Amino acid sequence: MTTRRKFVQGAAALASASAIGALLPTPARAQSAKLRIGMMLPYTGTFAALGTAITQGFNLAVDENAGKLGGRDIEYFTVDDESEPAKATDNANKLVQRDKVDVLVGTVHSGVVMAMVKVARDSGALLVIPNAGANAATGSQCAPNIFRTSFSNWQPAHPMGKVMYDKGHRKVVTLTWKYGAGEESVESFKEAFTKLGGSVVKEMYLPFPNVEFQPFLTEIASLRPDAVFVFFAGGGAVKFTKDYMAAGLKDKIPLYGSGFLTDGTLPAQGASAQGLLTTLHYGDGIDNAKNKQFRFAYAKKFGVQADVYAVQGYDAALLLAGGLTAVKGSFGERSALYSALEKVKVDSPRGPWVMSKAHNPIQDIYLRRVDGNANEVIGVAWKALEDPARGCKMA
Amino acid sequence: MEWLIQILNSVQYGLLLFLVASGLSLIFGIMGVINLAHGSFYMIGAYLGFTLAQWTGSLWIALPLGIVLAAALGLLLEWTLISKLYRRDHLYQVLLTFGLILVFEELRSVLVGDDVHGVAIPSILAASLPLTDTLSYPVYRLFISAVCLALAGLMYVVLQTTRLGANIRACASNPEMAQSLGLDIRWIHALVFAAGVALAAFAGMIAAPVSSVFPGMGNQVLIICFVVVVIGGIGSLKGALVAALLIGFVDTFGKVLFPEFAGVAVYLLMAVVLLFRPSGLFGRT
Repeated sequence: MTTRRKFVQGAAALASASAIGALLPTPARAQSAKLRIGMMLPYTGTFAALGTAITQGFNLAVDENAGKLGGRDIEYFTVDDESEPAKATDNANKLVQRDKVDVLVGTVHSGVVMAMVKVARDSGALLVIPNAGANAATGSQCAPNIFRTSFSNWQPAHPMGKVMYDKGHRKVVTLTWKYGAGEESVESFKEAFTKLGGSVVKEMYLPFPNVEFQPFLTEIASLRPDAVFVFFAGGGAVKFTKDYMAAGLKDKIPLYGSGFLTDGTLPAQGASAQGLLTTLHYGDGIDNAKNKQFRFAYAKKFGVQADVYAVQGYDAALLLAGGLTAVKGSFGERSALYSALEKVKVDSPRGPWVMSKAHNPIQDIYLRRVDGNANEVIGVAWKALEDPARGCKMA
Repeated sequence: MEWLIQILNSVQYGLLLFLVASGLSLIFGIMGVINLAHGSFYMIGAYLGFTLAQWTGSLWIALPLGIVLAAALGLLLEWTLISKLYRRDHLYQVLLTFGLILVFEELRSVLVGDDVHGVAIPSILAASLPLTDTLSYPVYRLFISAVCLALAGLMYVVLQTTRLGANIRACASNPEMAQSLGLDIRWIHALVFAAGVALAAFAGMIAAPVSSVFPGMGNQVLIICFVVVVIGGIGSLKGALVAALLIGFVDTFGKVLFPEFAGVAVYLLMAVVLLFRPSGLFGRT
């Protein structure tokens, strides 16, 4: 925790220093000036751990690049977005208008990211999204200056439709919170599963972030579906897998989920998660040299194991490094910069990926099985999966 | 059969709600203090349960230790902060206790971190009873229900039949008169506040094995606790019990029968109750 403290203090010092800087008259910036990067991520609240992991991943990639991106030194401007949509527009505007950042990086919460997307679309600032999966960010709201290095909510859930069908399940029940990520995940799963010929006998929702699952477990037991698909994350995911096992359902009706069901929560879930199959764009034991090197360097630098969020932050910096190097660090010709970013082949720990036309990763989705405290990758559930980018005029 | 199980779910959830809300009902109802930090005390209890169970290796040892620590925290807070606000407007209490939420949440983050942690169910209660061929019922949930009933009974006996209870009720209905009759109301206030904090923490500890401990868990229970107290009627423990059970039924059957409206069912119930009984089901008018 001390590292996070120090980080926030450092970030605060940085932010106040930049505020003073903004008051001084600044000459027109030459190309050799520092690259101004605005990090808008949650450093307090429920998603604090995710914001920290993304920042650390980003920093690691910059360090490996001798502290530069596209040959330019970097000046960071940091804002704690608190995962608070009500403050999101103000926070993003502060970075774009006051601090005049060249690149805006953020964030975790989908509601906050949609406000950032709006600011990016209105101001033309370059936005790199290192987590939030809201489909619209690279769908109906896609734009030449908005890139995502993580996933769309559609992506991790979609292959599960195929996995469950191939396991012989035909009638399933879905359960999730009634909110963006949950609904988009279930919708995507259902699309794949019903296309193959399976049927969803009941879609169940509970208000976010309610965790009183007992009535639903009773219903599942009486409906007796072949299997259950859920989307939950964090504390809710822990309570759900535990309740599912305590209700005696774990051995009778197989449970599947999008990878967030078992990511970062396994020690708390214990026996209740053992053996569960989930799909995600990252997992433990991905056997490539890049992943091994990344995990080793990350653990050495920060003293903790890397997770999927660290990978997404790392890839955000890799993307910027690739694109900016191609245009020699210049922001002068916007269209040249964007097409350079579109062409970057990101050599990610999750395996190499490229941008779709809508600026979302075209990536492998892994099938993972929980074993002890690890989500062991047991195969690729869907090779090079591309988000359909519904409503995006660039796709 | 399914409906019988759903009724069991309703009663069990309702009793859990009563356990969580009883401390708030006590503090709000008897002292008239609006305690927004109630959720934080619940969270503190859960984290105490988690930490102490790790240190001592048993939830049974952690429980009494945690209750003592929580009551001590309650006494300290009452003495240093809350007691300064009795004669002030409710708004000051709201401000202070809201500040406490932020302080406790940050302390939690610094001391324990932001990860989700599980708490093991004590082994003698870890079993499940088979209800149908597909569904079992965890024994621990039945244990929670039994604890809630015992607690409700204990609170009733203390408040209605003992001399201390009579003094507390006197303080609640007319503090000035009680003081002029020689009751030490400062002491009674401190006692009630400490008991309220201990109850919230106890609820957190008991619920930790089923709910896990995680950041922001206190804020989740805070609103529903206020709903319980408002529906039941301010100052009435009996009202809180009835309201909690009512909410248990409305929430459970709302989720099953009208899933689209499950999120608003409870608040709809509150609106209807307030429409016909503005001071709650058992509130003093």
